Amino acid sequence: MSAVARPAPVRALGRPVGALAGGWLALVILAAVCAPLLTPYAYDVQSLREAYQPASRTHWLGTDEFGRDLLTRLIYGARTSLSVSGIAIFLSVVSGMTLGAAAAWFGGWFDRVVTVAVDLTWSFPEILIALILVAIIGPGTTGTMVAISVAYLAQFTRLTRAQILTLKGETFIEAARSLGASDGHILFRHLLPNALAPVLVSAMLATGDAIILEATLGFFGLGAQPPVPSWGGMMSAGSALVFKAPWIIVFPGLTVAVTVVAINLFGDALIAELDIRNRLQGRP
Amino acid sequence: MSEPLIRIQGLSRRFDTGGGFLKAPRSMMAVRDVSLDIARGEVLGVVGESGCGKSTLARLVLRLIEPTSGRVRFDGTDLTALKPAALRAARRRMAMVFQDPYSSLDPRYTLAEVLAEPFVVQGQAVTQDRLAAMLAAVGLPPAMLGSHPHQLSGGQRQRVGIARALALSPAFVVLDEPTASLDVSIQAQIIDLLSGLRDRMGLTYLFISHDLGLVRYFCDRIVVMYLGAVVEVLDRADAAPRHPYTRALIDSGFAPDPSRRRAIAPLAGEIPSPFSLPPGCAFAGRCPRASDLCRRDIPALSAGEDHPVACFHPL
Amino acid sequence: MTALLQVTDLSVAIGALRLLDGVSLSVERGQILGLVGESGSGKSLTATAAMGLLPLIGGRVTGGAVYFDGRDLARMSEAERRGLRGRRIGFVTQNPMTALDPVQRVGEQIDVVSRLHLGLSKAAARARTVDLMTQLRIPEAAAVAEAWPHQLSGGMKQRIVIAMALAGEPDLIIADEPTTALDVTVQAQIIQILGGLVRERGMGLLLITHDMGVVAQVCDRVAVLYAGRLAEDGAVGPIFAAPAHPYTAALIGCIPQDGMAPGSLRGIPGVVPSARAFPSGCRFHPRCARATPDCAAQVPPLAPRGAAGAGRAACLHMLPEAG
Repeated sequence: MSAVARPAPVRALGRPVGALAGGWLALVILAAVCAPLLTPYAYDVQSLREAYQPASRTHWLGTDEFGRDLLTRLIYGARTSLSVSGIAIFLSVVSGMTLGAAAAWFGGWFDRVVTVAVDLTWSFPEILIALILVAIIGPGTTGTMVAISVAYLAQFTRLTRAQILTLKGETFIEAARSLGASDGHILFRHLLPNALAPVLVSAMLATGDAIILEATLGFFGLGAQPPVPSWGGMMSAGSALVFKAPWIIVFPGLTVAVTVVAINLFGDALIAELDIRNRLQGRP
Repeated sequence: MSEPLIRIQGLSRRFDTGGGFLKAPRSMMAVRDVSLDIARGEVLGVVGESGCGKSTLARLVLRLIEPTSGRVRFDGTDLTALKPAALRAARRRMAMVFQDPYSSLDPRYTLAEVLAEPFVVQGQAVTQDRLAAMLAAVGLPPAMLGSHPHQLSGGQRQRVGIARALALSPAFVVLDEPTASLDVSIQAQIIDLLSGLRDRMGLTYLFISHDLGLVRYFCDRIVVMYLGAVVEVLDRADAAPRHPYTRALIDSGFAPDPSRRRAIAPLAGEIPSPFSLPPGCAFAGRCPRASDLCRRDIPALSAGEDHPVACFHPL
Repeated sequence: MTALLQVTDLSVAIGALRLLDGVSLSVERGQILGLVGESGSGKSLTATAAMGLLPLIGGRVTGGAVYFDGRDLARMSEAERRGLRGRRIGFVTQNPMTALDPVQRVGEQIDVVSRLHLGLSKAAARARTVDLMTQLRIPEAAAVAEAWPHQLSGGMKQRIVIAMALAGEPDLIIADEPTTALDVTVQAQIIQILGGLVRERGMGLLLITHDMGVVAQVCDRVAVLYAGRLAEDGAVGPIFAAPAHPYTAALIGCIPQDGMAPGSLRGIPGVVPSARAFPSGCRFHPRCARATPDCAAQVPPLAPRGAAGAGRAACLHMLPEAG
């Protein structure tokens, strides 16, 4: 009989790895939100006199080919990268859960159509789907967002459908029915809440992938358009100068890598905490 | 005696499976032409081994699954004819306790939410005090209202399942192997609790079990099922069995007394697949008394010398 | 003569949880020992320790020892212990559904044991397999040997698992709740067959069960575990006639019997304590009707019960010898 259980994310922070990863993520998000308060520089004001400066006391991470402060651009870049991938995954989760739950609930021809569409999408790499969509919609943040959310739609549809199908067979669903519960009650009070946790964890891990996808699209010049900074766009600009001013590509690259690893580690900690078996471990 | 609370007439349920790639569709009769009355205040036991249709029967009676044919009358109302809205309303007066106390409670719910659910789905208000009283009635401390199911033992969960079933003060409760997943030491506690609640609330039980010893201890009348059909109805728990299968069930129980050790007459073979039943009596293949008649014709359930038995050569 | 399996004062822990505390038991050749207790009492853990498989579940021996045929398991190499399992110690699990390889014919799964451990040829192994299956009263054994696991009923699968355990000509069989997952009529047959074979071949059998009825039916001796400690042990006759430990008496009283008056079926109040919070003194005292303040203060030693040689019980207030 433990005390009232704290929410899983809080418990995940209690693990050393979870705390480290969560700390980094909190730092990045905080920096993105408070960007103007943190840096005296603007992300788009060029000062060619100061171009190609390595790290110094005035420019902690150096400057780029237009003399813009790299740290400033990284922080504003976090705004673009995090919001684009975050909103994209949010849209993807909402539509995927709706589609997956409807397929599992109604079954029949609707389920078959959804399953075939999902399997078809599943067989293409996300990057390919995203590239095709951006090509159709046109480059920019909106195009990237839509492209990413469609690219991950299949994953959440499939996961939600599988969850709901499994849960439908649980005795507590039959118990609710025996009490006279309506379909709406069963769907919204039992099935969806129980399906939510795994979908959210998978959404968290997908956000890491989405950051890479957003950076990739940015690298190809299909993401946020200059002068708005994005991590991918910064790496793209730095790639031509990798020998002259390596820091221009190294720091955005490191930031992407560390952030994605942090998301994955925090996701793993969350999985471990949400796992019922883990909670019961040590029972004889 | 007044009109029975439950009247089951010719209830059958067929299940169809397969029909997939390289698989021919098959069908089986999970419950075959069952007719029974359950009197008010009675504990009717249904006993049988896996595949005998007892759990399907339980769900048919509450119309949690639809019958292929036959009807169930509950206090004069034909449940099988009710429209969904009327059926939902009728569920206030009947309830079910499930076998597996681990999956019968939503893991995300607190006990307060579990116990409030019957009221919520029936559009009724309920106070915290009422919920606490419900827990107390099944012997759990009211402080547990905030707990989640995973914090409880199996026996405690089953008590919560019972409290939930009794929330709306039903007249009729189906108990589907309520102790089969519990330790024997806990089984007696639960049976005790059920027995006390029945006296206090004037409940009528349909008690499903594979354990004939337990059924004989707890029930007023006993229905023995084999492969979907009723083979014998014992009108008293201690009535002498007349069907050879009932006899075999009794002989398979071990008394906790080494001085009563015995060789068990081996029942030939095992339960045949319900998808390919032989003609005639379903038990004929394992029965020491079987004759050619048994292998050809299906014996009807007929009131023999004292109680109904479906056997050409009763004991 | 040394016992086939001798567990001496065995203590086992997993992580910080001390799950077994000073358990002793022995199985002789040609003898069936029933190991009973509620779930969480440490029965299965004792079996795991007896097979030297504790590391698999992250457990370790913190005291005492397990001797097989006079040899300390802890002093053997892992290779030697591996040689014992399957060859000299056969194991029957609770769930026959998961104990068989679903993609191998059942006969082959039995063959492989005698080929591996007895070095038999393919044909000789199959002959032995069919012979074993016939002894387990499997009709048309040669045909059933060609079946896949999914084609067999639960009871038939459990017989295959028992045949696998017997195929290495073991001296000892450890069976963990071998009939719990089966129908009652099938359970009765399997218990009877298993008991008969063990006696016929002079093997030892450690039968783990929660069912006092099964113990009364087939066992010679019984050991009752409660919360990781031995509550009582001894020969089946005297213990069932007059249990000394209130827990043993309560376990026997849990089984519904013919002619019991309504309300006379007794349960045991409360639940088995968690290893995280074992009660002080006698671990059964919070659930015991005979408990006194002494019971909470003092761990009762295992003392002889009743007449000499009739076994031992760990209780400060043993039940009087019933007539």
